[in-house]
Amino acid sequence: MDKIAVTCEEPSLDSQVDPRFGRAAGFLIVNPETMEFEFIDNGSSQVMAQGAGIQAAENLSNSGASVLLTGYVGPKAFAGLNAAGIKIGQNLESMTVRQAVENFKAGEVEFAGASNKQGHWK
Amino acid sequence: MKIAIASGKGGTGKTTVSSSLAAVWDSPVIAMDLDVEEPNLHLFLNPGFIGSRTAQMEIPEVDPSVCNLCGKCSDLCQFKAISLMGKVLMTFPEMCHGCGGCIAICPEKALTPASRELGEISWGHKGDTEFLMGRLRIGEAMSPPLMRQVKERLGEMQDTSSTAATRKDVIPKDVIIDAPPGVSCPAINAVMDSDVIVLVTEPTPFGVYDMKLAHEAFTPMNKPMGVVVNRAGLGNSEIYEYCNAKNLDILAEIPYERQIAEAYANGIIISESSDKMKHIFLELAEKIKQKAGSKNAGVVPRE
Amino acid sequence: MNEILIISGKGGTGKTSLAAAFAHLAENHVICDLDVDAPDMHLILKPENTKSVDFISGHEAKIMEDQCESCGTCLEMCKYGAVKNEDDRYFIDPLKCEGCKVCVEFCPARAIDFPDRHCGRWFSSDTRFGPMIHAQLFPGEENSGLLVSLLRKKAKEMAREKRLDMILSDGTPGIGCPVIASLSGISLAVIVTEPTPSGRHDLERVAELCGHFKVPAGIIINKCDLNEKEAATIEAFASEKGFALFGKLPHDPAITRAMINAQAITEYADNAFTKQLTEIWERILQSLKPDNKPNKQSGFFNTPFIKTKIS
Repeated sequence: MDKIAVTCEEPSLDSQVDPRFGRAAGFLIVNPETMEFEFIDNGSSQVMAQGAGIQAAENLSNSGASVLLTGYVGPKAFAGLNAAGIKIGQNLESMTVRQAVENFKAGEVEFAGASNKQGHWK
Repeated sequence: MKIAIASGKGGTGKTTVSSSLAAVWDSPVIAMDLDVEEPNLHLFLNPGFIGSRTAQMEIPEVDPSVCNLCGKCSDLCQFKAISLMGKVLMTFPEMCHGCGGCIAICPEKALTPASRELGEISWGHKGDTEFLMGRLRIGEAMSPPLMRQVKERLGEMQDTSSTAATRKDVIPKDVIIDAPPGVSCPAINAVMDSDVIVLVTEPTPFGVYDMKLAHEAFTPMNKPMGVVVNRAGLGNSEIYEYCNAKNLDILAEIPYERQIAEAYANGIIISESSDKMKHIFLELAEKIKQKAGSKNAGVVPRE
Repeated sequence: MNEILIISGKGGTGKTSLAAAFAHLAENHVICDLDVDAPDMHLILKPENTKSVDFISGHEAKIMEDQCESCGTCLEMCKYGAVKNEDDRYFIDPLKCEGCKVCVEFCPARAIDFPDRHCGRWFSSDTRFGPMIHAQLFPGEENSGLLVSLLRKKAKEMAREKRLDMILSDGTPGIGCPVIASLSGISLAVIVTEPTPSGRHDLERVAELCGHFKVPAGIIINKCDLNEKEAATIEAFASEKGFALFGKLPHDPAITRAMINAQAITEYADNAFTKQLTEIWERILQSLKPDNKPNKQSGFFNTPFIKTKIS
């Protein structure tokens, strides 16, 4: 099964899903069958003055994940993730990473056709 | 001589002063509106427009059949305008500052110049006064690149050998620049090539505070500066104390009168609203010339 | 949480004076001065207990003279005219440098340094009307849009922390990067205009910008008695394009006297003007109620129409 990326506040399955994509603390790349995971630090995007979402999408595009679960994604990051072939499940804040993955496995995550957030910048 | 009409605070009367000066100037002059976000000078000068062109900025276009995804462009770009997303090189045109670095660095020549519209440059004249303005496209964030192109156009208009010079007999030598408000990059860009800066302010706490910011921002450029106090009599005396302490000459005072505000509201050039006003601006024009140290302000006869 | 932004397009229409009055009338709110270039709100609000943080953004190129071989590559490649050459000495004009790194990358002698750029400071303060987030960009710096985005983020954090449900922001003139950065995704833009040719021209542009970013917007006509005909034209514009008209205010010199006293007009005076202003604030609050939430389908420029009644 494909690997799943989830925005997280800290490197743990019990971390809350970070609602922000571009400026998320990091991503857990989870194998949904074994629930094994690795952590990708997103610090390089957090410090960016502009284009944080684009930087985060770039970071994720090299992770091997084909699905992203998060709160909201801005329009540019959305376009970037689309180009990288990563499917996007939004509005998954207010739960833990584990719950988000379980929701996904239960087929309860809808994949968005468009960004659910206006860019800060444009 | 180039005269920049600037202010820290918006709405202090830059356009009032620019339009009035252009009207009373004793020789043909070019009035240039560099407040490209909200240009207003034309609303008072009412020039007949004779030409315009679209201002473009160079941005990269990717040829995916040539790109080998080396990522050098994306590493160089400071603005995230070009980014390697897995196996796709994407551009984000509205993030681009047009530096051309990506196109220059691409070893495969997979990037070619395309363009993004910044806005429009228009020109024309009203009587003896040549007019030039830029107007930023709505939604476009960056005004300095458009301002640079308006200034290029000014260069063409002043170049006697260029066909862009609209006048057959004389080339206006003096330029009155209506600058944008504030003290950040657009304002600096508007005044940096001028010979003298006129700060328009009003005697209110906001007016004084913002004029101090402008004075501090422009001081390192080492240009002669003077102050026009608009709506004199409206507020308090702090502005006079500041100018006195900083040795800033007050070149003119425009009184606070309801008729002036109403004339402005009706699109009337203030120097043309009464003899008294005309006199104030004639005197201001003289003082500006003295300030700039220009003894022969006027026109250059065409060879 | 509601984010309300006071803007004007044209400067000097009375935006900050009205914003200060709304800051006085509002409850449970964070005040945010998004005019980072020429901020004035603090002159009335007199912030205290200010915490100051450096704002560092981007980089600037610096030629290390001892390593420069005067080849001129940087001068040739810089699109911003930032490289100067005098007596075979090359240097960079920091006012013109965009921080694009092209000269740094292409310098054959690797003689150009690229340090961080310290562009200004931002502040978190207390005022008699509530907590305030504000900033001051250093003169001549760019990136004000980025500082604006940062202030909005800090204001939201502050609101969450203090359990406040409104952010009331004073904007900047124009329609460029700082305005775009203050506008995107907010609940409501209140456009303060004046019945002058410039006021109307700039109103139309800033209103179109609101439409471009699908932000609900309403209009206040300040100094409306300066030109009744122009005021009527603005009113017609509002109704035709589907913007709420929150109200009209007369030209009142008390505004300046309040400013000199470092007071909001609603603190300083109790007159017809302040009564009208208080009613306008009520209408603004009404327009944010769920029943009145904008209908995304209607209105020109895609700008949602806000239902308000003006008596």
